[in-house]
Amino acid sequence: MAKTITIDGLSIPFEDGQTIMQAASDAGVYIPHLCHHPEFTPHGSCKLCTVKVNGRNCSACTFPAMEGQEVINNAKDLNADRQKITQMLFVEGNHFCPSCEKTGNCQLQAVAYHLNMLDDHFPLFYQHRELDASHTDILIDHNRCIFCTLCVRASHEHDGKEVFAISGRGINKHLIVNSESGLLKDTNMTASDKAAHICPTGAILIKHTAYQVPIGERIYDHQQIDQVSLNSEQVDHDK
Amino acid sequence: MQKFIQDLITINRYQATDLLAVLRAVQTQYHYIPKAAIEQIATLMAIPRTQVIGVIEFYSFFHLTPRGQYELLISDSITDHMLGKHEMTAYIEEVLQVKLGEVRTDGLVSFDNTSCTGLCDQGPAALINGYALPHLTPPKIDQIADLINQKRPLDEWPQELFEVKDNVLKTGILLDHSLQPGEALHSSFKRGLKETLKELDISGLRGRGGAGFKTATKWQFCAEEQAAERIVVCNADEGEPGTFKDRVLLNSHAHQVFEGMTLCAAIIGAQQGFLYLRGEYLHLYDKLNAILNERRQLSLLGSNIIGSDFNFDIEICLGAGAYICGEESALIESLEGKMGVPRNRPPYPVTHGYLGKPTVVNNVETYMATATIAVNGGEWFAAVGTEKSKGTKILSICGDCDKPGIYEVAFGITIQSIVDECGAHDVLGIQIGGPSGTFISNTEFARKIAFEDLATGGSFIIFNNTRNILDIVNNFTHFFAHESCGFCTPCRVGTSLLKNQLDKIVNGHGSAGDVVALEELCQLVKTQSHCGLGQTAANPILTTLERYPELYQAQLKKISYEPGFDLDAALETARRLANRDDAAAHLTQVEEG
Repeated sequence: MAKTITIDGLSIPFEDGQTIMQAASDAGVYIPHLCHHPEFTPHGSCKLCTVKVNGRNCSACTFPAMEGQEVINNAKDLNADRQKITQMLFVEGNHFCPSCEKTGNCQLQAVAYHLNMLDDHFPLFYQHRELDASHTDILIDHNRCIFCTLCVRASHEHDGKEVFAISGRGINKHLIVNSESGLLKDTNMTASDKAAHICPTGAILIKHTAYQVPIGERIYDHQQIDQVSLNSEQVDHDK
Repeated sequence: MQKFIQDLITINRYQATDLLAVLRAVQTQYHYIPKAAIEQIATLMAIPRTQVIGVIEFYSFFHLTPRGQYELLISDSITDHMLGKHEMTAYIEEVLQVKLGEVRTDGLVSFDNTSCTGLCDQGPAALINGYALPHLTPPKIDQIADLINQKRPLDEWPQELFEVKDNVLKTGILLDHSLQPGEALHSSFKRGLKETLKELDISGLRGRGGAGFKTATKWQFCAEEQAAERIVVCNADEGEPGTFKDRVLLNSHAHQVFEGMTLCAAIIGAQQGFLYLRGEYLHLYDKLNAILNERRQLSLLGSNIIGSDFNFDIEICLGAGAYICGEESALIESLEGKMGVPRNRPPYPVTHGYLGKPTVVNNVETYMATATIAVNGGEWFAAVGTEKSKGTKILSICGDCDKPGIYEVAFGITIQSIVDECGAHDVLGIQIGGPSGTFISNTEFARKIAFEDLATGGSFIIFNNTRNILDIVNNFTHFFAHESCGFCTPCRVGTSLLKNQLDKIVNGHGSAGDVVALEELCQLVKTQSHCGLGQTAANPILTTLERYPELYQAQLKKISYEPGFDLDAALETARRLANRDDAAAHLTQVEEG
């Protein structure tokens, strides 16, 4: 008999060692997330995947599934909080979707659509953030970084490099790169690195490929992120 | 510099876990961490340079740009404000010719704010190159300014400038029963370690940091974990504004604290211990190390402790200005030489702590209590206090009262008795448990200090009727925004949004709806944040909004909408460019209706 938890009343099987997020995505249940990626060690920082486990808020991406858990995921109050957290990410950085190359392929934008976010709600911070265009093939636009650390983890865990890190404290947190000059061109990063393709927003872009897929024909232009995420991440998980 | 860093790292045989110690030494020597130092440290310690930079930018006491040869930091706690921090700041700026937040042009002195220095009973306080300067007065500032301008080294400064008082004003079962070094260990070995853990269980002792987890249970869990090595950590990162009791315990009862740690090690089977001492308590560092040495001489630390086959030693690790490191998993990260970012839980430190080893983290006062219980027994301790909160609590009482200082009280004591005892008059309210705790009004003095009513790690700040509640809340809210580690979205962005939203209201720019928006934001930060810092960061606003809603409402303008920014102020640059300041060059914010 497989062990099970329930998510929104649905019985979901799990294996020992799985997180709630893994069990959910295997069973085709979408839990909104941005910093989670099935190939990398969970981080638990964006807090979009917060679910109620036996009445207590937990991050689904880090919290282990355990027999008998009653998980609430798709609830009005949780989704309202998720929408506000997404709005926080928008006002913290400088996200101008209409002029961003990532539009339509951006997970932050797609999550915002999914959660029916219609405005920023909070006052913008207008933080001054730099652009690093030094690398011949890769561009970093710090305006769009949400500190999910996926590039940090991909570089460390997949590429076997240490190209990225998060530095600073509180609202002054920022992404740094591992070179004496502090510029990406002086790191050992290449465009074939996983870290170059993992950014959920438009903070890390591959140069010379912009607009090859026209707006209107991009990933989230015709599909919601819940479906895209389940399809791609289930495949990833089975590898 | 190259030789300095080479020697520093090789002579001390520093590992990656010692990064904070290395950076502290470099900061002390050069008053910043030069770029070349970062490269050399990364190479010698075999860690990515990004880890070095990350740590420098995380901790308030490390800097990437030069500070003055004399780094002067003034404590920005509300209690320092109440004792004249603003006046002293202005005076320092005048006599030292340096503005707050700046380095003097000759590079001799820099001046800035710092979070609560734990000298709340003897403020306004400052730190000079890390060393505590209590009770600033204009004559003292004159003296300090002369010493700085004469470039006199700190060890030539008059000792009375650095004299920190204990101010113990009420003792109870803990402070009355000082032990001889080794007494608790002898009693425990004689009784048996299992039996001693049982006594600890009977005592009902709960963690004194504020969370109140039962100590015997924590030790039991750690002991049961299958592992070759276990770790004992004492949390002396006493950063909650208004708390200073650990400073006094370590100054005058360190043997007992170390004895409690050693007892814990004997019971759980640990060989390595750490005292994580907040950087602000640098003045205690040498004294504590001397006591550790004394204990090694007495065979109370080291190999074959008191003739048994038990080996254990303690190392003191200094913090570098980060309130979040009081959170136990952030503290462990810091001990490992990293940024103090709280870990995901589970796993908990009792199973995966320092370097993945099962680790007990307890507060200074908790360890002290365990040593006393080991001698006097569990029943003796449990006879004091309430059913759910056994024993006594050591309070740091400060703010508006005649006798600020340390008070050991039995759990269950009413706030009224404390107010009477410390000589507080005309009280408006009391902040119990620090900014992360609860603000109570003067109608709630029948309430009790206890885990089941008003829990506190020790902070007890009294405000009289001359104080402005919104000023207090504003100070606390800015504190949390400054100390948020930035790991999770709700706290990183939320504490800064709270700060801005509260500023808007306090500065008279709030309109209808702004208090509602503030309260909504509070709930979001409270329920969605990753750790205790974020979960309690909205408490100052929430607990005062609940008690004094009219105070907040009175700040609001009688208009339905107020822009988030100041229109007229936004025109300032344009006015300067056009060299105009006539009436037509100004805009009113919104037509008042």
